[in-house]
Amino acid sequence: MGAATPTSYTDQIVYTDEVAEFSPEVVEEMRSHLAKYPADRSRSALIPLLFVIQRERGYVDNAGVNFLARFLNLEVTDVWETATFYSMFNLRKVGRHHIQICKTLSCKIMGEPDITDHICSKLGIHPGETTVDGKFTVSLVECLGSCGTAPMMQIGFDYHEDLTIEKVDRILENCD
Amino acid sequence: MEIKAIGCEPLSLKRVHIENGHTLKVYRETGGYKSLEKAFGMTQDAIIQEVKDSSLRGRGGAGFPTGMKWSFVPRDSPKPKYVVCNADESEPGSFKDRYLLERDPHALIEGMVIAGFALGASTGYIYYRGEYNYLIGVMDAALKEAREAGLLGENILGSGFSMDIHTHTGAGAYICGEETALLSSLEGFRGHPRMKPPFPAVEGLYACPTIVNNVETLTSVPQIIEMGGIAWRDLGTEKSGGTKLWSISGHVKKPGVYELPMGYADMEKFIMEDCGGMLRSDKKLKAVIPGGSSVYIMNAGQILGKGVTLDYEGLVEAGSMLGTGGMMVMDETVDIMESTKNLTEFYKHESCGWCTPCREGTDWLVKIFDRIAAGGGKPTDAQLLLDICDNIEGKSFCPLGDAAAWPIQSAIKQFPDDFKKWIAGKTNGNGAH
Repeated sequence: MGAATPTSYTDQIVYTDEVAEFSPEVVEEMRSHLAKYPADRSRSALIPLLFVIQRERGYVDNAGVNFLARFLNLEVTDVWETATFYSMFNLRKVGRHHIQICKTLSCKIMGEPDITDHICSKLGIHPGETTVDGKFTVSLVECLGSCGTAPMMQIGFDYHEDLTIEKVDRILENCD
Repeated sequence: MEIKAIGCEPLSLKRVHIENGHTLKVYRETGGYKSLEKAFGMTQDAIIQEVKDSSLRGRGGAGFPTGMKWSFVPRDSPKPKYVVCNADESEPGSFKDRYLLERDPHALIEGMVIAGFALGASTGYIYYRGEYNYLIGVMDAALKEAREAGLLGENILGSGFSMDIHTHTGAGAYICGEETALLSSLEGFRGHPRMKPPFPAVEGLYACPTIVNNVETLTSVPQIIEMGGIAWRDLGTEKSGGTKLWSISGHVKKPGVYELPMGYADMEKFIMEDCGGMLRSDKKLKAVIPGGSSVYIMNAGQILGKGVTLDYEGLVEAGSMLGTGGMMVMDETVDIMESTKNLTEFYKHESCGWCTPCREGTDWLVKIFDRIAAGGGKPTDAQLLLDICDNIEGKSFCPLGDAAAWPIQSAIKQFPDDFKKWIAGKTNGNGAH
């Protein structure tokens, strides 16, 4: 194969038959999601369960997807079909702290470009990249519903709003 | 950031500043669940009639009359029925629902149970956008409190009516705010919209009758039952009933969530006085997108001195739309073609890929914007962009295509000079970039 730039993350996935294993507590948590939907509609739990896979495995990986296919009695391709549609599912490893900076209009006009430049130069990476120590990934994302407190970013699931350069520095220092 | 009511008593914002307003105890102390008790003493038809009388229109952006939507549900259907709350708030410029979900979860639960009772639905789902994951714990705790107090579950308050509500999360897809795409997603599929008809009211979740309503819409229902539909409507205007939450962002001194009576006069006063005026006093107002990114952009001349009333009709008359009420204010430093490029990138990213006009059209729009931004603009580019918009608008499978076209069409119309400068490679260089 040549050295062409992959067109998507899915090009980099190695598909094997490996099936992930989870602790009884995590399996119990997964069952609690299933309980919300009619018994013959367990596929409804797929997105919430993909979040569990992502939390436990670090990203939505091949072995985790194989587990979910068995757990929900779906084809492996059914799970990938859904997992590859949604932007919050990481299909490859990301840093321990996933910094997602909102780039949509209100944040853009309220200073997002300066925040992005500062974070990227401080970490020595571009948007879409992960630091070599695996600590941080920076992504630019679309509107996170925090326009009144722009500019803002989300790290993991946490919102950080009304950002200034000084505030960003403090937040990054507190990331262990 | 400000969160307050202007020109009316706070209704939707009644509890957002009360300590522990998210708890059942405080909710009940401030009149909560009284409307549910009242609703249980009414007929299903009477409840739907009150909602019709209120002129409540969907607060998620489309503005469809809520009572009419409810009346489409075939109540004699033998299938289970569902009430789904659309908490997939993702329209750029909109952030009102977040505060209701965080600070007044019981108002949503009460609204959903009233809706469930009126429609004969025994299950409800609240579909959160994935990024609002941090808010779900608040709602799960409120649902637990409600179950323990007999406000959810079997035989609610001795009425004989049973219903439960569950939280559910999406995972980052703007399209899932479109109700049929939301239902696809709630079933565990890619968020592709479905053909209408059949409408969700007839065949929605699991092909069963389903009502999908926005958070603010459903939290308005207990207010309507409490006051009566006509009295609630009269807080606003005849055609635009009640109060409305506005999300204000961008170049104003006091951005935030404001509750205004429908028909509030006027838009200039709202921006220049209520929201504190321009962020930088020496910069003039240039543009406002009044209802979330999907509506027509307005130039200052359409607003200043024009007495634009803030309601559905007033904004249409002024050349735009109310949408979600997500108002983005821009001063003269913003280059409107740069801001339009930014929004077009958003629609390209969020196009679900299902239909060709939207998938390919938004991609080409961004390619052209990129070429112009790189200095390769041509005199024919305005017309080229408009031609592509014309081939998307009204020809896509769902309204996302229209939403991608309208910002461009209106920007070229209302800000021709910005566009000409851009094509000639002479941007003012200090705008959004």
